[in-house]
Amino acid sequence: MKVTLRVWRQPGPDATGGMVPYEVDGVTPEMSFLEVLDTLNERLILAGDEPVAFDHDCREGICGACGVVINGRAHGPERTTACQLHMRAFADGDVIDVEPWRASAFPVVKDLVVDRSAFDRVIGAGGYITAPTGSAPDAHATPVPKPAAETAFEHAECIGCGACVAACPNGSAMLFTAAKVVHLNTLPQGAPERESRVLDMVGQMDAEGFGGCTNTGECAVACPKGIPLTAISSLNREFLRAARKSA
Amino acid sequence: MPPGLPTVAVMALTTKSASRTTAGKPAAGKPAAEPARPRRYPPSLPALLWHSTVGKKTVLAVSGLIMLAYLVAHLVGNLKIFFGAEEFNDYGHWLRTLGGPVLHYEWALWLIRVVLVAAVVLHGVTAYQLSRRDIAARPVAYVHKRRRTSYATRTMRWGGVILGLFVVWHILDLTTLTVNENAQSGHPYENTVATFSTWYGNVIYITAMLALGLHLRHGFWSAVQTLGAAGPARARALKAVTDTSALLLTCGFISIPVAVMTGVVN
Repeated sequence: MKVTLRVWRQPGPDATGGMVPYEVDGVTPEMSFLEVLDTLNERLILAGDEPVAFDHDCREGICGACGVVINGRAHGPERTTACQLHMRAFADGDVIDVEPWRASAFPVVKDLVVDRSAFDRVIGAGGYITAPTGSAPDAHATPVPKPAAETAFEHAECIGCGACVAACPNGSAMLFTAAKVVHLNTLPQGAPERESRVLDMVGQMDAEGFGGCTNTGECAVACPKGIPLTAISSLNREFLRAARKSA
Repeated sequence: MPPGLPTVAVMALTTKSASRTTAGKPAAGKPAAEPARPRRYPPSLPALLWHSTVGKKTVLAVSGLIMLAYLVAHLVGNLKIFFGAEEFNDYGHWLRTLGGPVLHYEWALWLIRVVLVAAVVLHGVTAYQLSRRDIAARPVAYVHKRRRTSYATRTMRWGGVILGLFVVWHILDLTTLTVNENAQSGHPYENTVATFSTWYGNVIYITAMLALGLHLRHGFWSAVQTLGAAGPARARALKAVTDTSALLLTCGFISIPVAVMTGVVN
């Protein structure tokens, strides 16, 4: 296969960027999308050019480090991460646009790399539980009802890649924040900070400059982990409950 | 938890802010940038709601639902036009004596108008402020354009502006009778027929009602989601209720100009 990648190139945070076309030959259907970028970079380095900077780590779809917008879709046409997207999803001769996540809260560092530390600060505002340190507690020391465990696990699947923000027309982080709040607020271990968690995390989310939710549903479509859109409704319910109790 | 035990904050997840990049250097971000601090929550509930996006959306949702409840009552009243001039005009008069003899003439009507004006102002102001914020959150657009979201969702903002302008015309036409030629005070049936006997009256009204249907199709579902009542078990039923109610309201309102045009109501 031979594809043409049109890649967003931007030398630094304050530099102006633009789309640069590259023809990549020798692509096979089994290659992952990131391997195509690797192939392109090998050639750029051999030619003495600057390689395309992009984030990646585990390359097995579980860490949330990678993520680029491919043909206008976060992580590309399939419901997975960019590292687990394979070239069989494309046809020979395709022109593929590759852009970074676009949000004021995710400034571009270089090329396709964006600074997602806004997510870390949202987590730091309340995405944790208070637990005694020391040896690990017995597995069933705190009984967790089965439905609560299922709900918590479904939302704990969020890997914090930022695809929801990238896909949202408003650059909103509601699905991410919702996944964390629902995950911890559903469990008995998360109960002591139930109210402060949701108020503080939403407060930090707003302070980071993410947009608001208009319920377009784009986030849940883009999410590689299938966090449901109803998570946002649950976050809203938790927020209003906490506001009633705390205000 | 026993007192005196040391505690630790267990992170649910930390994103890879310093993962490897192909260029071989860690993604350093902007070290000079001060981390954004959360806003201190004011103690009062109204301030808490007004100063957060989720809270402001609650105001947007509740004001929208108030207007929707009014529209349902308004439609039920309007459909009485199919029972003839006498019944419709009597109904119009009853609205002014509603709540009597406790309430004075038109007091109930003015009470409803005050609530509606408050709802319209809050709906408009919150929608404007949230929209400004949403647009600012995506300063650089994607080069690869793709149609995002449904037509009803994309037209919420301008559809809302159209509905606002329509309400102004609607009041000037059938409440103050300013722009309605041949209108007589106290004869709502005849005035309605007069409006829908003009081509522009029909065009303005039907266009606005189609915009209303689209606005409700996204708005009602969105309001329920914002108020936290759209759980997984109800998601599909809620969509069906939204689509059905949007369709019923639109068809119900449009049936009146159509009835005048076809001579069913004259």
